[in-house]
Amino acid sequence: MSQKTMRDAINEALHQAMAADDSVFVIGEDVAGGNGSGGTVGCAGGVFGVTTGLYEKFGPNRCIDTPISESAIVGAAAGAALVGMRPVAEIMFADFIGVCMDQIINQMGKFRYMFGGKCKCPAVIRFSAGAGFSSAAQHSQSMYQVMTAFPGLKVVVPSNAYDAKGLMLTAIADDDPVLFFEPKVLYQEACEVPDEPYTIPFGEAAMVREGDDVTVVAFGQMVGRAAAAIDSLEEAGITCDLIDPRTTSPLDEESILESVEATGRLVVVDESTPRCGLTADIAAMAADKAFHSLKGPIKQVCAPHSPVPFSPDLEAEYLPSVEKIASVIRGTMA
Amino acid sequence: MALPKENLLQAYRQMKTIREFEDRVHAEIMNGQIAGFTHLYAGQEANAVGICEHLSGEDTIISTHRGHGHCIARGADVIGMMKELWGSSEGLCKGKGGSMHIADIDQGILGANGIVAGGPPISVGAALACKIRENNNVSVSFSGDGSVNQGTCLEAMNMAVVLNVPAVFVIENNYYSEHTSINYAVGTDDLKGRTEGFGFPVFVADGSDFFAVYEAAGKAIEHARSGNGPAGVFCEMGRFHGHFVGDPEGYRSENEVANLRQDSCCLKNFRASVTESGEIDASELDAIDAEVMALIDQAVAEAKVAPRPTPDQVTTDVYVNY
Repeated sequence: MSQKTMRDAINEALHQAMAADDSVFVIGEDVAGGNGSGGTVGCAGGVFGVTTGLYEKFGPNRCIDTPISESAIVGAAAGAALVGMRPVAEIMFADFIGVCMDQIINQMGKFRYMFGGKCKCPAVIRFSAGAGFSSAAQHSQSMYQVMTAFPGLKVVVPSNAYDAKGLMLTAIADDDPVLFFEPKVLYQEACEVPDEPYTIPFGEAAMVREGDDVTVVAFGQMVGRAAAAIDSLEEAGITCDLIDPRTTSPLDEESILESVEATGRLVVVDESTPRCGLTADIAAMAADKAFHSLKGPIKQVCAPHSPVPFSPDLEAEYLPSVEKIASVIRGTMA
Repeated sequence: MALPKENLLQAYRQMKTIREFEDRVHAEIMNGQIAGFTHLYAGQEANAVGICEHLSGEDTIISTHRGHGHCIARGADVIGMMKELWGSSEGLCKGKGGSMHIADIDQGILGANGIVAGGPPISVGAALACKIRENNNVSVSFSGDGSVNQGTCLEAMNMAVVLNVPAVFVIENNYYSEHTSINYAVGTDDLKGRTEGFGFPVFVADGSDFFAVYEAAGKAIEHARSGNGPAGVFCEMGRFHGHFVGDPEGYRSENEVANLRQDSCCLKNFRASVTESGEIDASELDAIDAEVMALIDQAVAEAKVAPRPTPDQVTTDVYVNY
């Protein structure tokens, strides 16, 4: 056990999965880096360094650099998975789903159903996701809220290094296609992460804080902010459950509903946009299934209906802040 | 490339099975028996059969929205296919796929595909698996002349070269993407040259001539199987039906289909070739015709009374577990 960043935790999971199973391989743009150049092959290990060392350890047949061809990358993962491999493809930024959506939703996500349950497609697609790096509108979207809508896909959004490692090992072993969204602002965040392999089941939320007054559900990078907001309310005597579902599909409805039935108040926090969104989805589910437990309106804290801005000043305004989350939680007690 | 008589008879049987399957499906749709969009392969049979004759074991194919012929040629169960078109729970895909998504992974059929050029990237993945596993299998993607203008097809071709995988790109030019001619939709007059520009050889054949397709496919598949990376096969042949069943076919010139059926029928061409050469007696082909007709009759009869899916099956088979 030692302190590891989310980047290193995911990297360790990939190393362990590839060592344990020959059918696991990684594929994507610059997952090795340097191919065909005068420099060193393996120099990149992914644009965020998550696949560092895999080329050196497992060679060119299992750490495969591709052209910038996102549809072909996802398609190659889907096809290899259909014939029994366990590919882990990297799409550098979740925003690039815009150029490979068909292969994700119409192909890999539907094979099993269209083919009458007679196939498996155990592919993992990794994405860096989310705002916070001034990467502007085409490199900052969360996108997991969109992909959650599609049956046949599983969707993972870790909020810390420990969960990221366990969820990645679960994703690789899972027989369904899994989309794995890594909040890029968390790559450098560290926590205690065991050295040995371990798994975290999908559809089981983590209870990050326990309290009596308000249920707060948050995803990805917002889990840390929601925790800080809740901690700031302690002095005011407000205590909250903080639930991190960890996977948006499947969703641990039961943990959310149990908590809402106890507290009677629900605040849902995410950095994605509001329309047809993730916070609205959770709010609707709770309104439908726990209406009579509610003491007041369900509140959503999310991004505005706008693209992610570039300017750090604007981006700070765009993302739900600790203060804003705290204020909304406090508001439910008024 | 001389084929043993047994293979010739089998090739004829498959082409005839596809033709009768498609013509019968056309009739049943016009009778209101089959729901949904259906795209028929009649006229193009020599292509599917000429290619798949070279495949075995764990070789895979991926098909198109016009996929019945490829599936039959690769060994899909005809009765299961017919039941699938009828939407029965006993269909090859339990009635969940239908005409555009017939698949049989165990037979190496990675599915018909409703998205034009959806298949080539997936085929590259299956070919990549062959390379990683160091076996000598290949993966064949069938696409139409419409697919060559989709980015996914071009991405797949380049990636197959870059990764040096045994992917075979079969482009079936039936002259039309839906209602638009290849003369309009493909910007170059030299599609073979454009494709070879990706860095792999392309072999061309008359798609109404089984023997020509068989020979071209043999070269392409041998190239890929030997570890030389991808290869292409271009075949030209008209489709006898519309883009979909019910297509008014306003884009056809006068007598176009009648002329195709008269002059470019792969079954007629095959029969003439093997009987004139003395390899096969016409009576043997007649006997196959009768057996195929009986099989298609049986398939339709069974499909008509096959069990319907139950309501609970709407939500099964979405995931392995959830």
